[in-house]
Amino acid sequence: MAFESLSDRLQATMKRIRGRGKVSEADVKQMTREIRLALLEADVNFKVVKKFVKSIQERAVGQEVLKSLTPGQQVIKVVQEELTDLMGGTQTKINFALKPPTVLLFVGLQGAGKTTSAAKLAYYIRKTHNKNPLMIAADIYRPAAIKQLQTLGGQLNIPVFSLGDKVSPVEIVRQGMEQARANHHDLVLIDTAGRLHIDEGLMDELEQIKEVSHPDEVFLVVDAMTGQDAVNVATAFNDRLSLTGVVMTKLDGDTRGGAALSIRSVTGTPIKFVGMGEKMDALEPFHPDRMASRILGMGDVLSLIEKAQATIDEEKARDMQQKLLSVTFTLDDFLEQIGQVRNMGPLEDLLAMMPGANRFKGMKNMQVDEKKIDQIQAIIRSMTPGEKTDPDIINASRKKRIALGSGTSVADVNRLLKQFKDMKKMMKQFMGKGKKRNPFNLPFMQ
Amino acid sequence: MGFFNNMKNRLTGRTHSVTDKFRDGLSKTRHSLAEQMNNLVKKYRRVDEDFFDELEELLIESDVGMTTVMDLVDRLKDEARTRNIKETALLKDVIIEVLSDFLIRSKEDTELNLNPSGLSVILLVGVNGAGKTTTIGKLANRLKSEGKSVLLAAADTFRAGAIDQLQVWGDRTGIDVIKHQEGSDPASVVFDALQAAKSRKTDVLLCDTAGRLQNKVNLMKELEKIKRVITRECPGAPHEVLLVLDATTGQNALNQAKLFRQASEVTGIVLTKLDGTAKGGIVLAIRNELDIPVKLVGLGEQLNDLQTFDADAFLYGLFSEWFQSEDGADPESLN
Ligand SMILES: Nc1nc2c(ncn2[C@@H]2O[C@H](COP(=O)(O)OP(=O)(O)OP(=O)(O)O)[C@@H](O)[C@H]2O)c(=O)[nH]1
Ligand SMILES: Nc1nc2c(ncn2[C@@H]2O[C@H](COP(=O)(O)OP(=O)(O)OP(=O)(O)O)[C@@H](O)[C@H]2O)c(=O)[nH]1
Ligand SMILES: [Mg+2]
Ligand SMILES: [Mg+2]
Repeated sequence: MAFESLSDRLQATMKRIRGRGKVSEADVKQMTREIRLALLEADVNFKVVKKFVKSIQERAVGQEVLKSLTPGQQVIKVVQEELTDLMGGTQTKINFALKPPTVLLFVGLQGAGKTTSAAKLAYYIRKTHNKNPLMIAADIYRPAAIKQLQTLGGQLNIPVFSLGDKVSPVEIVRQGMEQARANHHDLVLIDTAGRLHIDEGLMDELEQIKEVSHPDEVFLVVDAMTGQDAVNVATAFNDRLSLTGVVMTKLDGDTRGGAALSIRSVTGTPIKFVGMGEKMDALEPFHPDRMASRILGMGDVLSLIEKAQATIDEEKARDMQQKLLSVTFTLDDFLEQIGQVRNMGPLEDLLAMMPGANRFKGMKNMQVDEKKIDQIQAIIRSMTPGEKTDPDIINASRKKRIALGSGTSVADVNRLLKQFKDMKKMMKQFMGKGKKRNPFNLPFMQ
Repeated sequence: MGFFNNMKNRLTGRTHSVTDKFRDGLSKTRHSLAEQMNNLVKKYRRVDEDFFDELEELLIESDVGMTTVMDLVDRLKDEARTRNIKETALLKDVIIEVLSDFLIRSKEDTELNLNPSGLSVILLVGVNGAGKTTTIGKLANRLKSEGKSVLLAAADTFRAGAIDQLQVWGDRTGIDVIKHQEGSDPASVVFDALQAAKSRKTDVLLCDTAGRLQNKVNLMKELEKIKRVITRECPGAPHEVLLVLDATTGQNALNQAKLFRQASEVTGIVLTKLDGTAKGGIVLAIRNELDIPVKLVGLGEQLNDLQTFDADAFLYGLFSEWFQSEDGADPESLN
């Protein structure tokens, strides 16, 4: 199901309040309804959603609408910031032991991705911190679990400690720890069997494993597709084991991953890493801001808004708009406009960041041709000031000169002049209907 | 009262173990939901907006998803109106009715479609870690105990230890596994398994596949290819394409169902890990929006932890305490 992103959802409301200077209480109510739906569709636990929406409501009412943003964007910004805050700081460092070895314990439900994540982290930390890891195979229940870890260890050239599946996991870990010390491993990763948080016997076993291994990190491995139950699972594991971090797996899928927010807000445990694939290098540190955007289904709309804020001078844009409306919009202005957009970064990136950009008909097949834009800039720069303000004076011989100066052809120059003319005409019609332009709708992006 | 008796009648004659298994698996888990339902009915004696709001929340908390929750609640409101039900205690029956309707529409819904004469091929598909391989082990055991000859195809050639894992299930059930090297082409494993099944006159071939996220285009193409090979080598097959779905999954399960169906014409769902606390409510949404029935339920990691999906038992587990309070009867005395 293509769930609507929050920004799509807010479109309707935005239309209604566009142009007003302040967000009213009624607007906020409308919007919070949409926010609630968006979060529920993203699998954020409904109790967490309730609390969250309340805090947003308090923050959003009466806010001045920033000049540069539409009220809808503003609300999204507030929501996104709040979500990011809730999910904690950006730094997710590993707690290394003062006295080695550092021990990482991986726990979680069946099939969450513990074995895979343990191996990925062994590989990751060996690379980033130059450690000498040992992995302990403490899952004696799942068929071929040990074999799975050994295969991964083999691929990564990381040793695996195992006593087969006839010795108790607690004993395996005890002996594994001894071996790690004896062989001077400064990093130990313990893979445990998947278990239900309501399985008292197996939860006891984990407590015992914790006792004999004194882990520096107890990682709960959680499938990013988890629904409302994530809070129950995380709470139960946290109560028993005092989790220090969460590894959220399978984020390479198309899930929104609202469980991240639920878990963080209910247990306070930070998400430290995310799994982005089945391969051993598909592990990344957690970024709360990206996760917030993802939960809201917005691509990186916020970074886009921020970039726009930083680079497009709002007053200038307004000026430009005025000029467009009158006949005074010149090729010089056009050049400047291109420059401003360019400052925001490569156009492809900008487009990629725009949520739903591929959903708009025109946008879908639109290729931003950076070379073409270079060409346009070159052509305009080869014109005299007089030509730029009044392109009508550009006759055949002038065209030849411009083409020569810009390393293009007369046909290219003709095309640009025609486009510019069409654009002005179009903009006039557009503006005539009283529609406000937004600074992203630049002529060559249509 | 009426509903409880109905339910009781529907359940008598069913083996003790089935309902128990369900209740054991489910009641621990449905605990909180049932309790809340109970409180709900106590709190709101009258059927009104507040009652429906809270019911809505209960369903959301079971992962049913907003669209379907709204559909369901609308229907319930209609029913309450047309039947002139004013007391929440009575509306409970209607709620069960509507949910039952949603889940199972006909007997065929939950039966495995097997070829009565000759080879049946069952393909299991799903995202990573959902429980495909384990379900194959359990299903193989069950088919064998029904007197069928079974063969397994180890077509997950990608994940570390996947082939060994299936082999363990083969050993446990005494069933042969057709396998190639890790990293080989899964379609050719399936091809070989089909030839073997044909020459051995096997009744059922179960094909394990690698876990894949539904948005991975290449992996979905690979699945299409596997299915094409099956159909080419054995017209009419696969007889079942079962999407294995982890009950803890939230709204993404709808995407899974949609895209796996596109790639491999899913015929039914196996809902695994229902022995946990997750409610698996998303199957209501899948039924509602995509009309794919649940056929089997996974209730644990052992050979026998597989059951045919039974909406009555499912709902019985879901609302067991609710029934109990209504009748003052102990659910234990039921059987
Ligand atoms: N696409 C994707 N798949 C993943 C990721 N992490 C793990 N997997 C896959 O998920 C499945 C389960 O992973 P495991 O590591 O076996 O999970 P586990 O928690 O150890 O499972 P049990 O030991 O049975 O409880 C495997 O198919 C993995 O390849 C991820 O980040 N992305
Ligand atoms: N509690 C419980 N665990 C289950 C159930 N079904 C499967 N599991 C466990 O879930 C984990 C993953 O199961 P697998 O059968 O390996 O899943 P899969 O879909 O084959 O995984 P990949 O091949 O890696 O994609 C294992 O630890 C199983 O024992 C179930 O019904 N209940
Ligand atoms: Mg494992
Ligand atoms: Mg498998």
